[in-house]
Amino acid sequence: MNPRERAIALSLLLSILGSAVFAYAFVTQRSVQWQGGALVCVFVGLMVAMLGWARWVVQPEEVVDLRDTYPGSQEERGKQVEAFTHGVAQITRKTWLSRMLYSALGAIGVALLFPLAALGPQPDDTLFHTKWRRGMRLQRTDGTLVKADDLNVDGVETVYPEGDGGDYRAMAVLIRLPEDTVADTASGLIAYSKACTHAGCPVALYRAADHRLICPCHQSVFDVADGAKVLEGPADRPLPRLPIEISSDGYVRAAGDFSDTVGPGFWEHA
Amino acid sequence: MHRLLTWIDTRFGTATFVHHAIRKAFPDHWSFMLGEINMYAFIVLLATGTFIALWFVPSEHDVVYTGPYAVLQGARVSEAYDSVLHLCFNVNAGLLIRQIHHWAANIFIAGILVHMGRIFFTGAFRKPRELNWIVGVLLLFAALFEGFSGYSLPDDLLSGMGLAIAAAILQSIPFAGTYLMFWLAGGAWPPEQLIGRLFVAHVYIVPALIALGITVHLMMLWRQKHTQFPGARRTEENVVGSPLFPHYTLKSLALQFGVIATCCALGAWVQINPVWLWGPYDVDKAISPAQPDWYIGWLEGALRLSPPVSIHLFGHMIPSAFWPGAALPLGIMLFLFAYPFIEAFVTGDYAAHHLLDRPRDKPVRTAFGVAFLVFMIGLFLAGSDDVQVRYLHLPLNDVVWGYRLFCIFGTGIAFWIAYRGASELQKKDGVHQAERVRLQRKPEGGFEEEPVA
Repeated sequence: MNPRERAIALSLLLSILGSAVFAYAFVTQRSVQWQGGALVCVFVGLMVAMLGWARWVVQPEEVVDLRDTYPGSQEERGKQVEAFTHGVAQITRKTWLSRMLYSALGAIGVALLFPLAALGPQPDDTLFHTKWRRGMRLQRTDGTLVKADDLNVDGVETVYPEGDGGDYRAMAVLIRLPEDTVADTASGLIAYSKACTHAGCPVALYRAADHRLICPCHQSVFDVADGAKVLEGPADRPLPRLPIEISSDGYVRAAGDFSDTVGPGFWEHA
Repeated sequence: MHRLLTWIDTRFGTATFVHHAIRKAFPDHWSFMLGEINMYAFIVLLATGTFIALWFVPSEHDVVYTGPYAVLQGARVSEAYDSVLHLCFNVNAGLLIRQIHHWAANIFIAGILVHMGRIFFTGAFRKPRELNWIVGVLLLFAALFEGFSGYSLPDDLLSGMGLAIAAAILQSIPFAGTYLMFWLAGGAWPPEQLIGRLFVAHVYIVPALIALGITVHLMMLWRQKHTQFPGARRTEENVVGSPLFPHYTLKSLALQFGVIATCCALGAWVQINPVWLWGPYDVDKAISPAQPDWYIGWLEGALRLSPPVSIHLFGHMIPSAFWPGAALPLGIMLFLFAYPFIEAFVTGDYAAHHLLDRPRDKPVRTAFGVAFLVFMIGLFLAGSDDVQVRYLHLPLNDVVWGYRLFCIFGTGIAFWIAYRGASELQKKDGVHQAERVRLQRKPEGGFEEEPVA
C-alpha cells in the first residue's frame, strides 16, 4: 500500500470511527460539542477521502464538449411560429366563442380574488383607536394598578388600560417629570404611547437627565418635555399623548384615548 | 449495471443522454464550485429543518414554562418559544441540530452572495445567460426571506422586535399596506395568525420555491453548458474540462462533505442565536443594542440612515419607513434583474459570450460592482451604529451623518479606486504578457514567425 492509499484509508477510518463515536455520544446523551465533533470527524474523513480519490486514484482526463449552435436554422424558427399561429387561428375561428372563453377565464381570475380577502379580517378602524376610555385606571405589566404617589420624580412605568395588559396599541409609558418641566401635567405625571411612530418598536429607553425617550431599534429620540417631538432619528411624528388625570381615590386614570393615531404610519393615516 | 441501464434504455431511450451526461465537460476552476456550496447547504437545511419542524409548535398561545432552564421557570411564554426551548434543552441533539440549521442558513446566504459576485465580476450573466441570472437573483431574495422568517419563528424577544419592524414596513406600502397586513398576517400588530403563517411559508412555500428555482437554475446551466475562462484550446464554441463522472463527481462529493463538516463544526462549537438569553417576546420590551442576522443588516442600516420624510397627500400618507424598508430592496431587486440588459444596452454588446472576463479586463463593470458593494457595506455597518457609539463615545447623530456621507461619496471614491486598480492591473498584464506568434518551419530550414491576435 503506497502512502497515498494509506492516507485515503486512514481518513475513511476516521469517518467510520466518527460514526461510532456519534452513536455512542448520542446514546449517552453527551454534549453538543461531543456529538457535533463526532459528526465533523465523519464528514471531514469522507471529504479528505474523496479529495484523495479525485487527485490520486482517478487518472486525469480532459474532455472537450462542443456547444450546440443555437440559433437554429431560420427555417425551424419559421416553422415554430407557423405552427403556433396555426393553432391560434384554429381556436379563434369562432370569434364570439373565443370572446366567451376570454370572459370565462377573466371571470375566474376575478372570482379567485375574493378568497384572498378571506385570509384575514377586513381592515376597519382598529388602527385609529385603542382601548383607552375616559376614567380607565392604569395597570402595570405585573397587573397592579398605578396610584399617583407610586412614582418618584424621573420614575418611569409601562402601563396598559386596566384589564388589558399586553395590548400593543394601548401600551403607554408613564413618567413623572420634575416640577415645572411641563405646564399641563397631572401633578408632574405625563404619558405617551410606547409604540414608536417610525417602525413600531417599543420606545423602551428613557434618559431622565434631559427627559428623552429613545427607541432602541433605530434610535429616534423624543423630547418628553416638549410634546414628545422628534429630536433625532428616522421617526417624523411625535409620540401620541395619553391624557391622564388623578381621581380623588388617588388612582391615575385616563381622560380619553391618545391624542393621535398610535404606532407606525400607514396609507389611510391622514 | 449493464442490465439496469439497458432495462431503462429500452423503456425511455436514455442511452445517448446518459452517455453524454457521464462524459459532460466541467471546466476546472475553483470559483465554479461556489454555487455548489449553496446547493449542499440547502440540503443540510432541508435535513435539519425537517427534524426541527417535527418539534416546533407554531402557536402564539400562552403557556407557563416548566422546563429545565431555571431563569425562565414560571414565565408566561408562547407555545412556539416553549417548543424551541424544549428542543434545545430536552431533545437529544436538538440544540446541535438547531445550531447546524442556523449556521447552514448563514452559509447558504453567504455562499449565494459570493457565487453571485463571481458571476458578476466575470461577466457570466451576459447573453445567453440573462434568464439564469434573474433566477439567481430570485433565489437570493427567496433565501433572504427564508432566513428572516426562520429566525422570526422562535418568538423570542429579538425576533419579535424584528417582526414588529417588518410589519411596520408591510403596513407602510401605499394603497395596499393595511390590506396586506390584515390579510397576510391576520390583523394589526401583533397579529394572532402570524407565527402559524410564517411557519407555513418557512417550511413549505418558500423551500418549495427555492427547490424549484435551483432545479430551473441547474437545468438552464445544463442546457447552455458552463462558461469557461480563456485558455489553451478554449474557444467560444467548446467547453474544455474534466468529465462529470467520475472526476467531477468525486470533487463535488468532497465539497458536499466539506460543507456538511463545516456546518457541523460551527453548530457543535460556535453558539448561535441563544434564544433563551433573549427571553420570550413581549410587546412592551426591547433589547438594546439589537441587530438582525447579518444578511438583513443592510435593511436595518437603511432604516436608520434614511431621513424622516413621510409624504402626506390628499388625506393619505406614505410613511418614511416605506423608502428604506420596501422601496429600496424592491429597487435593488429590479435593478439586479435588469443589469444584464442594461450592460448590453450601454456597451452595445448584444453578442453571446461563453468565455469569461477577468475583472480587470472590464474596469467599468468591476468598478461599478465594487461601488455597489461598498454602498451595501455602508448600510450594513450603519445597522450597528448604536453598538459603535457605545465603544467610540461619539454622538450618534454624527455617526449617522458619517454613514450617510459614506454611502453617497464613499461609493464614488470606491468606483474611482476600483477603476484605477483594474486599469493598472491591465497595463501590467500588457507588459508581461508574451506576444503570441505562430512559428513555421521554412522548407530551407529556420523558422518564420507570424503574430497571432
